[in-house]
Amino acid sequence: MLDATAQAGLVGPGALPRGRSLDAFVTTAVWLGAGLIVAVFFWIVGDVFVHGVGGLSWSFLIDSPTHAGRGGGIGPIIVSTGLILTVCMAVSVPLGVGAGAWLAEFCPSTSLLGASVRRSLDMLAGVPSIVFGLFGNAFFCVYLGMGFSILSGGLTLACMVLPILIRSVEQGFGSVPGEHRRSAAALGMTRARTLAHVLLPAATPGLMAGLVLGIGRAMAETAALIFTSGYVDRMPQSLADSGRAMSVHIYDLSMNVAGGEPNAYTTALVLVASLLVINGATSAIGQRWLCGRSRG
Amino acid sequence: MSDKVLAWALRACGIVSGAVVLLIMFFLMQESLPALQRLGLARFFTDASWHPAADASQGRFNITAMVSGTLLTTAGAVLLAAPLGVVSAVFSHYYAPPRVARVHRRLIELLAGIPSVVYGFWGLVSLVPLLNALHPPGQSLLAGIVVLAIMILPTVALLSDAALANVPRSYLDGAAALGLTRWRTVWGVALPAARSGLFTGVLLATARAVGETMAVLMVCGNVVRLPGSVFDPVRTLTANIALEMAYAMGDHRSALFVSGLTLMGLVVLLVAAAGVFSRERVYA
Repeated sequence: MLDATAQAGLVGPGALPRGRSLDAFVTTAVWLGAGLIVAVFFWIVGDVFVHGVGGLSWSFLIDSPTHAGRGGGIGPIIVSTGLILTVCMAVSVPLGVGAGAWLAEFCPSTSLLGASVRRSLDMLAGVPSIVFGLFGNAFFCVYLGMGFSILSGGLTLACMVLPILIRSVEQGFGSVPGEHRRSAAALGMTRARTLAHVLLPAATPGLMAGLVLGIGRAMAETAALIFTSGYVDRMPQSLADSGRAMSVHIYDLSMNVAGGEPNAYTTALVLVASLLVINGATSAIGQRWLCGRSRG
Repeated sequence: MSDKVLAWALRACGIVSGAVVLLIMFFLMQESLPALQRLGLARFFTDASWHPAADASQGRFNITAMVSGTLLTTAGAVLLAAPLGVVSAVFSHYYAPPRVARVHRRLIELLAGIPSVVYGFWGLVSLVPLLNALHPPGQSLLAGIVVLAIMILPTVALLSDAALANVPRSYLDGAAALGLTRWRTVWGVALPAARSGLFTGVLLATARAVGETMAVLMVCGNVVRLPGSVFDPVRTLTANIALEMAYAMGDHRSALFVSGLTLMGLVVLLVAAAGVFSRERVYA
C-alpha cells in the first residue's frame, strides 16, 4: 500500500530508498501479471493443439461424423459452417458497405436520422449472442417460417456482424483524404462514380479489416446458432436444411456426448487454426491489393 | 447509375441496418408479452422455485437463483480481469521493451479472437478437473468466474491500451522532468489521465460477461440454486435460455424471452454508460 506522501508524489530525501524499493516491487509485479496472461494463453492454445493434433488428418476433414460425433470426421460440419458464413456475408457485406458509405459520405453530420442509426448500431453491437439466438428463432425460424436452417442461422449472424462491418467501413472512408473527393468533383465525376472508382478502392483496408472481424465473430459464434441453424450433422442438401456449425459441434461433443472429447479437441483445433489463417490471409490480400493499386 | 438513385439506395441500407435493433426489441417484447401478462413481474421473484411449465398456472417461475448466478459470475470475473487487464496495458506501454510489447499486444488480440466455445471447452476439460481435485464437484461458480475472467481480459487489456496511448506526451515528459520513478509516473500521472478510458473498458467487459453464454454454460454446472460457496454450481440467465429453449413451450418459452429481454436491457444500459464515458463510439 502506498502512504499519503508517496501517493502525492512528494518524495523527500528519507523516502527515496523506499520509493525505489516500491518501484522495483511493482516492476516485478507487472512483469509477473503480464507473464501470467501469456502463460494462460499458451496453456489454452497449447492444450487444444497438443490434444487436437493427433486426430487431425485429411479424412477427418472430409468424412461424415459417426456415433454422434465420437468417430468419423467433420466434413458435413465444415460445409455447413461455410454455408452459414456465406449466407451471413452475402447479406451483411452489401448492406454494411452501403450503410457505412451512407453514414460516412452522404449523411450530413447534423442529420437526426444518421445520429439515430448510429445510436441503434451501438446498441446492436452490445446485444448478447444468446439474445440474437432468441430473436433469430422467433423471427427467421418461426415468423418467416424458415425453420431450423442454414438460412436462418446465416441471417441471424448477419444481424450480429452488421455493427462491426459498418464501423470498419465508416473508418475506411474516414481515412480517405478530402483531396480525393475534391479532385473527383473538379474532374466533374458524379458522386456515384467517385464512390465506385475513388472512395471504395481507397477505403479497401477498412473494408478488409471489417470483413476479417466479421468472419471471425461469425465463425466463433455458438449461442446464436443453436436455435437457428440447429444440430443436424448430416451433409446439408440446401440452404433450407439444418446444419451444424463447428462451434456447435464442439459444444455438443463436450457436453452431450460421452467420449466425444478427442474429436471435440480436433474440431477446436481446426476452428482456431482457420480463424488464424483467415485473419492472416485477408490482411495480406488487402495489403497486396492496396500496393498494386497505388503502383498501377 | 444516377446520383439520386445511389443516395436513396445507400440511405435504405442505413435505415435497414438501424432498424435491426428495433426489430429485435419488437420480437423480444412480443414473445415476452404472454408471460408478462399471465405471470406478472412479481412471480419471477416470489414463486417457490424454478419449475416452469407451458401453462403459467401449473409452473413455478422464480428466476432469483439465475439472476444471482449471472451477477456473481460477472462480478467475480470483472474483479479478476479488470486489474489484470490494466496491468497488461501498463506493461506494454511503460515496462516492456518495444519488441516485447508488440508481441504481447498481438497475443492479447489473438486471445480476443478465440471462440467462447473453445474457452468453455478448455475450462471443462482442463480447469474443472483441477477444481474437482481441490473441492468437488469442479463445475462451479469459481470455474465460471475464472473462464469468464480470461474471456473478458482481452477486452479490458485492449481498451486500456488504447486509453493509455491517448495520454498526452507532455504529461509523461512533465513527470520525467519532476524525476518521478516509473511507478509514480504510472500511478500518479498516466492512470488518472486515462481514467475515463479505463472505466469504459471495464464497463464493456462487464457487458460482455453478462451476455456470455457458452463458456459459463459449459463450466458452471447449471444447478438452479443459490450457491453457498464459490465451489457450488450455479446457473446463469444465459445458460438457462440455452438449456431450456430447445423444449420450452407456451408460457415457459415466453418466460425465457423475458429473461432475454432483461439481459438485453442490462447490456444496453452498460454499453450506453460506457458511451457516456468515452467520446469515441464503442464496441465490445
